[in-house]
Parts: sequence; structure tokens; C-alpha cells
Amino acid sequence: MTSTALAAHEVAVSYGGRRVLDGVDLRVAPGETVGLRGPSGSGKSTLARVLALLHAPEAGHVTLDGHRVAGARHRLPAAVRTRVAILFQSPRAATDPRLGLADIIAEPLRATGTPEERARARAAELADLVGLTPDLLTRRPHAVSDGQLQRACLARALVHRPDYLLCDEATAMLDASTQAHLAAVVTDYQRQHAAGVLLITHDPALMARWATRVVDLPPPPQS
Amino acid sequence: MTTTRQPTPVPSGTGTVAPADSGTVNRAGTAAPAGTAAPAGTAGRPGLLEVDGLTVRFQLRDAVVQAVTDLNLTVHAGELLAVVGESGCGKSVLAHALLGLLPGNATLTGHARLRRPAGERVDLVASSERHLARAVRGRAVGLVPQSPATALNPVRTGRRLLEETLRAHGRTRREAPAAAERVAADVGLDPADLDRYPHELSGGMAQRLATALALAPDPPLLLADEPTTGLDRPLVDHTLDLLRRRCDAGGAVLLITHDLAAARRVADTVAVMYASRIVERRPTAELFAAPAHPYTAGLLDALPERAFRPVPGHPPMLTDLPPGCAFAPRCERATDVCRTPPTPPAGTPGRVACHHPLTLGAPA
Ligand code: SF4
Repeated sequence: MTSTALAAHEVAVSYGGRRVLDGVDLRVAPGETVGLRGPSGSGKSTLARVLALLHAPEAGHVTLDGHRVAGARHRLPAAVRTRVAILFQSPRAATDPRLGLADIIAEPLRATGTPEERARARAAELADLVGLTPDLLTRRPHAVSDGQLQRACLARALVHRPDYLLCDEATAMLDASTQAHLAAVVTDYQRQHAAGVLLITHDPALMARWATRVVDLPPPPQS
Repeated sequence: MTTTRQPTPVPSGTGTVAPADSGTVNRAGTAAPAGTAAPAGTAGRPGLLEVDGLTVRFQLRDAVVQAVTDLNLTVHAGELLAVVGESGCGKSVLAHALLGLLPGNATLTGHARLRRPAGERVDLVASSERHLARAVRGRAVGLVPQSPATALNPVRTGRRLLEETLRAHGRTRREAPAAAERVAADVGLDPADLDRYPHELSGGMAQRLATALALAPDPPLLLADEPTTGLDRPLVDHTLDLLRRRCDAGGAVLLITHDLAAARRVADTVAVMYASRIVERRPTAELFAAPAHPYTAGLLDALPERAFRPVPGHPPMLTDLPPGCAFAPRCERATDVCRTPPTPPAGTPGRVACHHPLTLGAPA
């Protein structure tokens, strides 16, 4: 298989003896926005975590442009790891409360050895892209709203110019205007970089508006 | 796995959208100057909760946060009022203020009078913490919390939590078990789930348990602060429908949410909050069909089933609000007069804090 895509092949995951994913395939190609739908407990978030290389499946595997990726995310070479980014629902759970927003955005760049000046410039550029005004960048998470913090998380997710962006209910906590803005930022980014997007949302209107293709996960297997 | 194309978008919510003009009927004939008009059918009736000039300020080291400014609203028995707005607009501070749960650097002025079952009124702003803790929170104002997982005591089963709450509110040891099962059934909790600990419950079940706990003392007013965050659509709808049923049975609910679809599904009245103030308050169907405040219109345009277009610009910092209309830097309709506090023209429907509301046509 040599196709350009982020793909899950026959992926199986259990939690506490209960199967949540049982041999699932999913493929996200460059430029498309795949909406992932399924009842509560069908493993949508688990599948996103598997694709983000944050969770190793018990069976099956993930491929990136046809190459099999295995192992924990933090052990993968940066060149592989940085190609897939994930954005979660709750920005508070995903950010270090001790860092200012500029550092939250720049941190993945520093972690891969980007020179400080470049890291800072790139963080500022992305902050602007996601609609964070400069006065917010020195603030820490507790001093900004959920919407502002999620903007920072999106900027952080884009710093390495990922080829795939996985959005797991990423706008569920946001007001309509912030949601529409972040969706527009993602769509623009996607157009410029031919990125593939995975969209998990419980909002049928958002799904209809944003996804270019929708995939239904079957209900969780009964055990 | 099946792969499908998404069917044609169906607007969420249960309300039907009336043609753009049908909501503009202004009650000019009877309406007092805007800002004092009450929702239809409730005019003159005293509310269960009457918030009057509520203002909350937070003192920071070098700045003052204007979190809630001169806020007026009334919630009647049987009414579901939704306060909508973006995160950081002050709506959660409002909830905390009504429960007396503001941090120490907050100053609170104005009134929030709650009518108690016996008929006497208690001012939530003037009450002591002791009184709030003993007689108000839980008993007179129930809270459906934002994140039930952290609000529930982890070392008690749902059954025990419910029975303890019921007994704390006057049920006897003999009555409590049956009453607990009844409340649990009301919110769709299985008796089997009652014997689990909170961490063993899914997000949806934990939310139902939290809702059951809020309902157990049968408070006349229920305050729901972002009760649907993180829930799947069916659970969102279930939670909202529970709140609706509560109102239909004569209770009053103040729903605080960022989710317009949620407000539209269940609210009688919607109040839109922007930069610490309520900018528009009107019956739900009217507001969705013909928003009058430019911010409301912008917010509705941002919905994925509408234009999916964000409101341009950024909300102002609550530490640095302009003297006039706080929306002016983002507003297409702004004129010089908007540098003064918005006083709506006569005949504006509902309560709309704007010099040039939309349903009255373009600014002259
Ligand atoms: S008062 Fe003026 S600036 Fe404010 S919303 Fe109305 S038209 Fe716009």
C-alpha cells in the first residue's frame, strides 16, 4: 500500500476487557475532511487517539502514506510525529497551566530544536492566524477564556505544519462565532497545505457543513 | 464500516424558523420604552427571580474586571430563560453570583431577589454566606454543574448521594430510598446505575446523577451552567428535555450556555450577553427569526446551518471596556452616537441595548 493517506487498518482496542474498536478501517486522504460519526461509546475518540499515535492498538496498525507506524508517539522520529496533530475538546486539560500562551504555542518547536528566534516568530505568526491578539500571549491559561485557550491549542497544533489534523469535538465548548472562525482557519490551512482533516462532532449541522465525507462507526460490539 | 454522504443539513433544534420578518412585531402599542418591556404574557407578574442592576467587579492587582454590568432579568415560574454568549462574556460569573460563589476579590452590587416557596423574598446579593449555604444553595436554587465528574463526591454511590441529599432536605430515613429511585427514574437513571460510584459512570450518566441531585430538594429555581458540555447529541437533548419538563411542571430554569442550538431547543426566552451586559432579551422564536442587536445577528450568522461566518474582530477585554457600546469596534452599524451607552429607540421589541437595532431598519 503506497497511497498518500493516514489510515487505520483492522484496528482493535479494548478498555478493561471491553472491546471498543473491533477491526476498524479508516482512511483520511490529503485535502479531505472526514467526519466520524457513531453512537456514544463507539470509540470515535479512541480511533482518533490511535491515528494520532497516542494509543497503540492491540491488533491492527496505522500507516502514514503507506508506511507502517508503530510505537509510542514520543519515541517516533520528529519527522514522523509532527506530521499528525490532534486537537481535543478541553483546552485546559491539554495545556500546561504554568506556561504563557506564546510558550504553549512555541513549545513543540523548541522540543524539536528550532532556534529560539524562529520559534518565537512562528508562534507570533500562528497566534495572529488563529485570532489571538498580542496582549494575550503573555497570559497563562487561567487568565484567558476557553475560546482563547483553544485558539492557542490550534496554533500549537499547526506549528509543525502537520499533514493531518484530527479534531475531536474541538469546537464543542466554543460559541458559534469562535467555532466558525476556527473552522475557517482549519479549512484555509487545509487548502494551502493539502492537509487531511478528521472531524469528530456531535453537532449534525457542523458535520453537514464541514465534512466532505462522513464515516459511521458501528455501535460498540456487545461483550 | 459504512461510508455515507451526509444527508441534507437539517437545522437542529425543535423550533421552526419563521420568515425573517414575522418576529419583528413590536409591541409598540403597549410597550414602555425598551429596556422595561416584559416578555409577552408575563408583564406585570412578579418573577420568581428578579435580578435588578446586578454588577460584579473583580479587583486585580492593576486592573478592574467588569464581569457583569447593570444586569436586569426576570425568571418566572414555568419559564426557561437561556443566557447565551461566548466564553468570557460574564455569563458564568452571573451563575456564580446568584449562588454566592464568587471569589474574595469580587464586589457585588444590585439585587437578585428570589421568591421562596413560603412567599418571602431573599436577596441573594445581600445574604450572608451562612444563610446562602443553609437556606439557598441546593434548597432554593439547585445547580446542575458544568462538569459533574468533578462535582460528585467520588466515595459515595449515586444512591447514597441521593438519599443523603433527600434526607438533608427533610425526607425521613424511611422515605428516602423510594424517593431516590423516583428522582433517578425522572432523569433516566437505571436503578442499577445508582449503585455505582461516580467514576464508574459514563459522562452522560454522571450528568444525569448530577441533575437528579439538583432536583432532589425540589428547588423552585434550577440553575444549569453549561450542563451539556462534553455530552453526545442524544444526551444533550435528553438533558435539555429534562430542564424543559421541569419548567412545564411549574419550575423555573436559568440555563447558561454557549450553545445556541440548545437555547433554541428549550428556552422560552433568550438573553444574549456580550462584554458583561445583556444586549438583547426576547422570546426565543422571535430572536432566532429576527435578531435585533447586531451582535445577536452576527452570532446567528456564525451557526453552521446559517452562514458559518464568524463575527469579525475580537471581544474587548473586560478590564478595558469603552464607555459607550462595547460592540462598536466590531459593528457595521456603528455611528457616533454609539460612543454613548446604548439606549434603544422607542418601539424596539423586547429588551435590546442598541442605538440602531436591526429590525427597525438601517441607521438614519
Ligand atoms: S449601539 Fe451602535 S455599535 Fe452598538 S450594536 Fe448598536 S449600532 Fe452597533
